[in-house]
Amino acid sequence: MTGAVLAIVLLLSITFAITIGPSSITPVEVWGSVLHHLGIGESPLSLLRDGIVWQLRLPRVLTAAAVGAGLAVSGAVMQALTRNPLADPYLLGLSSGASLGAVAVLLLGIAILLPVAAFLGAMLALGLTLLLASSLGRITPSRTVLSGLAVSALASAITSLVIFWTVTGDSYREILGWLLGSIAGARWPAVAIAFTAILIAGLPIMLSGRILDAFAFGDTSAAALGINVNRTRWTLLAATALLTGAMVSVSGSIGFVGLILPHAVRLLVGPRHRALLPLSAIVGGIFLIWADTAARSVFEPRELPVGIVTAIIGAPIFAILLTRRRSEA
Amino acid sequence: MSGPDKSEGLDASRIDVRIDGRLIVDGVDCSVAPGTFSALIGPNGAGKSTLLRVLAAVERPESGSVEFAGNELFSLPRRQRARVVSFVEQDSSTELSLTVRDVVALGRTPHQGLFSDANASDDAIVAKAIEAAEVGLLADRDVTTLSGGERQRVMLAKALAQAPQLLLLDEPSNHLDIAAQLSVLGLLGTLARSGVTVLAALHDLNLATAYCDHVIVLQGGRVFAAGATSAVLTPELLSEVYGVRATVLQHPQTGRPLVAFSPFE
Repeated sequence: MTGAVLAIVLLLSITFAITIGPSSITPVEVWGSVLHHLGIGESPLSLLRDGIVWQLRLPRVLTAAAVGAGLAVSGAVMQALTRNPLADPYLLGLSSGASLGAVAVLLLGIAILLPVAAFLGAMLALGLTLLLASSLGRITPSRTVLSGLAVSALASAITSLVIFWTVTGDSYREILGWLLGSIAGARWPAVAIAFTAILIAGLPIMLSGRILDAFAFGDTSAAALGINVNRTRWTLLAATALLTGAMVSVSGSIGFVGLILPHAVRLLVGPRHRALLPLSAIVGGIFLIWADTAARSVFEPRELPVGIVTAIIGAPIFAILLTRRRSEA
Repeated sequence: MSGPDKSEGLDASRIDVRIDGRLIVDGVDCSVAPGTFSALIGPNGAGKSTLLRVLAAVERPESGSVEFAGNELFSLPRRQRARVVSFVEQDSSTELSLTVRDVVALGRTPHQGLFSDANASDDAIVAKAIEAAEVGLLADRDVTTLSGGERQRVMLAKALAQAPQLLLLDEPSNHLDIAAQLSVLGLLGTLARSGVTVLAALHDLNLATAYCDHVIVLQGGRVFAAGATSAVLTPELLSEVYGVRATVLQHPQTGRPLVAFSPFE
């Protein structure tokens, strides 16, 4: 029920977000254009305005939806696996690692595909984080989090160094925008990357709701319920790294989506993961569509990186989550 | 200890567990007869929790084997094993605001397909477990708001929903007031009489003597003694294992052993 309503809201969000912008286009024209490109009927729009829908706004909105979905699901999984409500892909260093991988390709001209580099960066960061955490003894949530911070700081420092040495003039602004998180440049290749990642990493994660539920009371409890704790953890963390890496490669690091969206969805449907994961994906998509629409339209014609919008919304909510935790302790 | 022929109960042999280089469980052999309620006792740091984790097959020992009903537990597929053995940890908590009913329903995990919904028989088993553990009034409460004692009973209900043949519990009477302790241990006794093999680590020796016909006494990672409660729990043993002076009386109503401790001078 909730899922159906949210799916409709997502569809409406995609439609109406496309209508917003300097060139005004109606929802009917949006669908007319989309159907035309799918081979049904004639486009109701002039060639130029049809191009705005099909070449610019639609891929951008779809990318926002996919990136929002991917980040929200990644956050929900991290929160479950580390049993830490403040966890998200940033916490364990995945995003910083992915950024480093992407920057290395963009600026140093290393010849591998951008999403692959971001994935490798995310995996490397995750591996380092867990290696560091385990070298401190038994892997606990707090050790993992602290190790993630250390790895994240290192990856960010190296990223900054690479940028400092190589970037000059105009590209500085471009790379900064990407680092802050931006969907401005997203075209169909970005859509393809983001949806492929959702398909091969996001869907399997969303189907593992019952397994994640079994982690509610920790590893021992999950093991006693017949879950292969280590294999599950590594498989899901690797899938999360893949998802995060792909999303970072198309949009840079967009913060707080993975952190706050799962909390919002828990308020709606409760904490059971079989509902939480798919609904987090939908709500994450809706959220990022509108955050990105705000980013491109509020200060028109100037664009903000969408990461600034999500941070402005997300950071206060993060603070509220912190104080609520404190009152519980 | 269990005789030459394998029992249908729990048989562990030559269990070694090393943590950070230290031998926590050291060559333990022990057995629990099927359909009995036995107590695992011993001072703090004797290795009770670690041994229980191995017997529940949630932690692999360095060496040794654990058999239940003739099957080596560590070679059973995990899900199949979880349909036979359930384990109640000493302290377990969650950050998730699950209802008590949701938590108890987690016990059905090994019985269900990963994508299928709970069916009517699952719901019935969950309802029965909730009733048996006397948490019916809490069923719709958020588990994160419960007291330690209430949560302990919910975890017991979750373990019962697993429908185990072997139930292992680490300090199940922790956090409970005296009435709740008596009712939980009474429930474990009833389960044992219905055929479930039950082993619980207990601190309170008088709970062990009141409810358990057999005890396993652990000290320094080794089995110090094991057998019938009345034969094992002697003043000499309590002095050697715990370093206390105690007199073993007879309970005026039940006739079971009753341990009276003398204060340190």
